[in-house]
Amino acid sequence: MAEAARPVAAAEGRAPLVSLRGVGKRFATGTEALRDVSFDVGAGAFVSLLGPSGCGKSTILRLIAGLAEPSAGDIRWTGTANGARPADIGFVFQEPTLMPWATVFDNVRLPLRLRGEGKSAVRDRVMATLRRVGLEAFAAAYPRELSGGMKMRVSLARALIVEPQLLLMDEPFAALDEITRSRLDEDLLALWQAERWTVVFVTHSVFESAYLSERILVMMPRPGRIAADIAVGAPYPRDAAYRTSPAYNAVCREASAALDAAMAGELAR
Amino acid sequence: MSERRDEEATRTRRRWFLAILVPVATLVVLVGGWQLYVSLSGVAFYILPSPGRVFETLIADWGILGPALVATLTLTFEALALAVVGGVLLAVLMAQSRWAELALYPYAVILQVTPVVAIAPLLLVWVPSTQAALLILAWIVAFFPILTNTAQGLKSVDHGLLALFDLYGAGRWRTLIHLRIPNALPYFMTGLKIGGGLALIGAVVAELAAGSSGRGSGLAFRLIEANFRSNAPRAFAALVLLSLTGIAIFFATSLISWLVLRRWHESAALRER
Repeated sequence: MAEAARPVAAAEGRAPLVSLRGVGKRFATGTEALRDVSFDVGAGAFVSLLGPSGCGKSTILRLIAGLAEPSAGDIRWTGTANGARPADIGFVFQEPTLMPWATVFDNVRLPLRLRGEGKSAVRDRVMATLRRVGLEAFAAAYPRELSGGMKMRVSLARALIVEPQLLLMDEPFAALDEITRSRLDEDLLALWQAERWTVVFVTHSVFESAYLSERILVMMPRPGRIAADIAVGAPYPRDAAYRTSPAYNAVCREASAALDAAMAGELAR
Repeated sequence: MSERRDEEATRTRRRWFLAILVPVATLVVLVGGWQLYVSLSGVAFYILPSPGRVFETLIADWGILGPALVATLTLTFEALALAVVGGVLLAVLMAQSRWAELALYPYAVILQVTPVVAIAPLLLVWVPSTQAALLILAWIVAFFPILTNTAQGLKSVDHGLLALFDLYGAGRWRTLIHLRIPNALPYFMTGLKIGGGLALIGAVVAELAAGSSGRGSGLAFRLIEANFRSNAPRAFAALVLLSLTGIAIFFATSLISWLVLRRWHESAALRER
């Protein structure tokens, strides 16, 4: 427990974009969702938060996004120009959360529209972003005409349209089938390598976190705490061969062991 | 590929054909049976007129029934229009302000649960213009479903989308315009369909209540008047016009709903087979 309370250093050795220090969150209902969570997210890093449901992973994302306020500790934006939360944060939810009455184009355009940018001024940007996720042919389609994986791509495009400094992803592909999910994981990784936004990726899949991230923060529940900090040394690009490599297996084993230990500690209490 | 599309088109045509043919056949059988019963039993026309006689009366009395139809239609659509404006504005107000909801909603419910027939005589005394009293009565009946459905739609917004609007600093106004109002559209359409039917019922009830004051000239008033004079064919003709009006309103509101929602809402989509 003592180790978990200490700030976890940025394992990738980059200057941190955001630092959490002793962050706790207690809901109005009295439930303690997070206790004494401290870690840095390096600028340009790909960090996964791995843990069982109910361990406060999503709450951490909401706190970082500013959608909720911590009830203890603080969140410092050390890597931004003015020390404030950047305006260009992308957020991808577990569900696609698209507006069913709007076309793919208008869904992706939403963040710009809410900032008051006109339709014709942003047309090229929207189309370019749709091309990045492979959906330029579906700009005029409505969400109900798309498959689950395509809807998730629209959701990703909507997060990327703001050219985010930080991308927060809350179990984004958890509801998809295995084949679609690994395809989206690969595409996400390719985009990240090309564009290098900072990613905080919440998942409950050991394999997904081992494939994607540079660093895995394993969490334990009730209240949510960081149980382990695992660096993933494998270089990018990570192709299909990586998924069967000894390095990948070692990471999976280490993360699984950390999860088991965290859950065992939970049960013993 | 094109063969399959042809097959699909044929099936669609057949479905439409059946959807029209079956109700029409039912109508023909019912009206035929009615006509047959009247001819065979020799029942007096002032008790039960034959469909043929009702139709003849409809033509012959058009000078009286036509203006009555216009009067009832005017009252119905004015009441519906006011119900749409009032219901939607109140719903938006209640969705935007908890205070407004607490202050207004109980009274909207009271207005709704109090039988309009009971309020009618009072309103006819209080409101100087009979026409205005009729309008208020029909409005009371029609606005409630529009209010409750729209309010429900404005409130039941996806939490993820709300978080997204928060994240991009949308504020109350933009959240209302770009999220809550489009989300409420299908709910509003349900309210409109119910409210459209109720506006006609409200208009009829109001006319019946005001009938004795002798200034009404709508279809319901003509129906009562024909009853008093044992003019069954005219009463039936007025009834037929009222039914046709109700059917027309139902189809019109359904068509509007389909036109507005067909691009995106599941309720308006054909299921793929």
